[in-house]
Amino acid sequence: MSAPGNFPIPKRGPGIWQPKIQGIVCNWCSYAGADLAGGGRIQYPPDVRIVRVMCTGRIDALFVLKAFADGADGVLVSGCHFGDCHYLEGNFKAAKRMFMVKRLMKSIGIDDRRFRMTFVSASEGAKWGAVITDVVKTINELGPSPITEIRKEMEIK
Amino acid sequence: MAEKKATTKKAPSKKEDSKKVAPVKQETKKAAAPAAKPKAAPADAPAQAATVMPTMNPGDARVGVFICHCGTNIAGSMDIEAVQEASKKVPHVAYVDNYKYMCSMPGQTVINKAVKEHKLTAVVVAACTPRLHEPTFRTATKDAGLNPFRFEMANIRDQNSWVHMHDREGSTDKAIDAIKIAVAKAALLQDLHPKSVPVEKAAMVVGAGVAGMQAALDLNAAGIKTYLIESDMSIGGRMSQLDKTFPTLDCSQCILTPKMVDVGRAENIDLMTWSEVHEVEGYIGNFDVTIRKKARGVMTPKEAEAKGIVGGGCNGCGDCENVCPVVKPNEFEVGMKPRKAIYINHPQVVPLIYTIDFNSCVKCGLCVTACGPEKRAIDLEMKDEFIKVKVGTVILATGYDIFPIENKKEWGYKKYENVISSLEFERLICASGPTGGHLVRPSDGETPKRVAFVLCAGSRDNTGIGKPYCSRFCCMYSLKHAHQIIEKIPGCIPYLFYMDIRSFGKMYEEFYYRIQDEGAKFIRGRVANILEDPKTKNLHVYTDDTLLNRPIDMEVDLVVLAAAIEPKADTNRTRKLFGVSCSMDGWLLEAHPKLNPCGTTTAGVFLAGVCQGPKDIPDTVASAEGAASAASIPIHMGAVELEPYFAMCIEDKCAGCGMCVNLCPYSALSLVEKDGRTVMQVTEAKCKGCGTCGGFCPGGAIWMNHFATPQIVAQIDAFLLGGEQ
Repeated sequence: MSAPGNFPIPKRGPGIWQPKIQGIVCNWCSYAGADLAGGGRIQYPPDVRIVRVMCTGRIDALFVLKAFADGADGVLVSGCHFGDCHYLEGNFKAAKRMFMVKRLMKSIGIDDRRFRMTFVSASEGAKWGAVITDVVKTINELGPSPITEIRKEMEIK
Repeated sequence: MAEKKATTKKAPSKKEDSKKVAPVKQETKKAAAPAAKPKAAPADAPAQAATVMPTMNPGDARVGVFICHCGTNIAGSMDIEAVQEASKKVPHVAYVDNYKYMCSMPGQTVINKAVKEHKLTAVVVAACTPRLHEPTFRTATKDAGLNPFRFEMANIRDQNSWVHMHDREGSTDKAIDAIKIAVAKAALLQDLHPKSVPVEKAAMVVGAGVAGMQAALDLNAAGIKTYLIESDMSIGGRMSQLDKTFPTLDCSQCILTPKMVDVGRAENIDLMTWSEVHEVEGYIGNFDVTIRKKARGVMTPKEAEAKGIVGGGCNGCGDCENVCPVVKPNEFEVGMKPRKAIYINHPQVVPLIYTIDFNSCVKCGLCVTACGPEKRAIDLEMKDEFIKVKVGTVILATGYDIFPIENKKEWGYKKYENVISSLEFERLICASGPTGGHLVRPSDGETPKRVAFVLCAGSRDNTGIGKPYCSRFCCMYSLKHAHQIIEKIPGCIPYLFYMDIRSFGKMYEEFYYRIQDEGAKFIRGRVANILEDPKTKNLHVYTDDTLLNRPIDMEVDLVVLAAAIEPKADTNRTRKLFGVSCSMDGWLLEAHPKLNPCGTTTAGVFLAGVCQGPKDIPDTVASAEGAASAASIPIHMGAVELEPYFAMCIEDKCAGCGMCVNLCPYSALSLVEKDGRTVMQVTEAKCKGCGTCGGFCPGGAIWMNHFATPQIVAQIDAFLLGGEQ
């Protein structure tokens, strides 16, 4: 049943779909914020898997697309607040790229809510918990990625 | 523009991919994976002599996975056995072990032995966060005979067991995936060598309050050239505005002025008042700081001598102030005393140099005449100067401002004359203040007989108007204020309206008892409202006495609001110059709240005093000494090691488009001619390894050490495709 935190613990088992969400976060703000959430024992659903990079500026749009191509149901990119980037302006540049990814997703028919960029600072542990909870909720509502579905159909054929 | 172009370029290719999904994977892989394998990396290696990277085929990789229980921190929330069994099946994993405390000496020995016995090529520790123990395990990896960068951490505590405490299955699955992701990267890790850079034997302290002064004096004593930058015209900061200090009741100025004089005289301190940090470039050991020396209109004897006016310059005689026709409120006295357009803050200022407030100066020239032809100290046409200095480390000690307490409308500050802030009280009770130390009511100059102190005025306030935090010293100074009026005004009763009295320091609680015995009245209740009697200008304080459980309407002659504090107005600008983060309440963010309270996430930048969070004077001085000690370490070591996360150009792939050159925030990239082609070149000393260039390069020609494209793609694949490549 529901644990402390604003989400239910789902049933798991063979045949039950679990969202696969790829998180790519920057070392200085969001990764530190996620650690802070840990220190504060802020509870959130476990469906996001994190890859750490030094700065969101490092994130090539292709990384996001690769994750979707690999069958991710959602992708979360999270970095510093604007003006707070450890490397001055990496997050601005990342944000521009990520807008491009969103446009691209729309144009190829993938719901762009599957991809999100957020800004969580090193002192926002509680916000990190809320962000993850919300991302997982959104992906749960959207269901499995259409790419995975198509691939399954192709395999059946 | 650049982004738009890319969109049009990439969009069609993606459209193709969407029709048939499989190729996209292959395409990315083709572009990515081979780069990790021997061919691409050696190709660019010779170009960068400093970091020659022997590469390896991930097929040969032998990764050891070490799972930490962290007592029950990790083991209590997940099935370690299951994690261990699953890890054994991950490609490239040659050995798996677990231990109760991996960071302990026996735990590190487990790693050491396994690396040697099983000929491991990389180490993965699944434990806490790399932000905590990466250095520990890198050292362990190095001790085992591997390059320290052949280590990767899987965060299964801070971002797993602690945040999924009630979801055993979910956290076990997540831990297995975290290990897959870490192993995928570990298999592709390369030997890296940190670069050692020399450290400039000079430091900078920003802010010359008691924290900045103490830090500068310590650095001076350690033989380090120190630039002390102060935006005000004299040093001393907030402490110089105070009358007495709790709980010893020392006169604040009496204990501060010797330090101020020491700072003025110190051999190694270059004091720059009326100056601000304008621009910062560089990194630990080599910060190039541009300081804006604001035009003060008055030359120091040194400056005058430099201009050939021998024996000239300001000697602090004050003749200019006497003739100046402009009258303005004195900010140092919180507006309760007049000043001229040319002025000093108070008689004990260091440095004793007058300053012209050019916002109010009418340039009549009377001061120039009064100064005389010998000193010729005044220059009404003076302009801002920009000075460049190079320092190895920086200490920020920017201090605090008083929260604009008029925002809490219910207390009537700035509406009722007899409601004053605690800082105004300090000046009124101070012998050098506007009333010569006589506490009077601003409305009629009478001596008050009943004084109310409203504690937590704007602190511990969750309404969104005030500050949620405790400002930490208001309780204690309000007790001190109560003592001062009992001492100075016979028969005057202080009433303290409080929520809790927080007297936590050494001899503080004893001081609290003393004030109770002296006759101060304590009423526990948050003040709801203050209204003025328009005839007498007396004030009615309304609250609930929560101990007696009854409403209170008390008439008093004067109300003192113990106002909350907030970061200095300019803090945000300054912290961004140095790349320092702030916490949610605006105070500057330390590297670790407990174990590194003086450090920041920017190497070489340290915090002292209240800019990191509210502190009383003893804590401020202690933190300043801590920061000075921390800041002197790299300088005394003479060199620091930089993490080798530089960008490198894979010249075979580089088309010389130059997109990356404009993206780099540090101007570390440039285009050069090589073998008849234009290619990008990285200046390693300038590169900080953010990867903004690598994230954009359309040709995939930029190799980010330790965060290389193939490594990141392998991590994504490991999670989503299950690690089978």
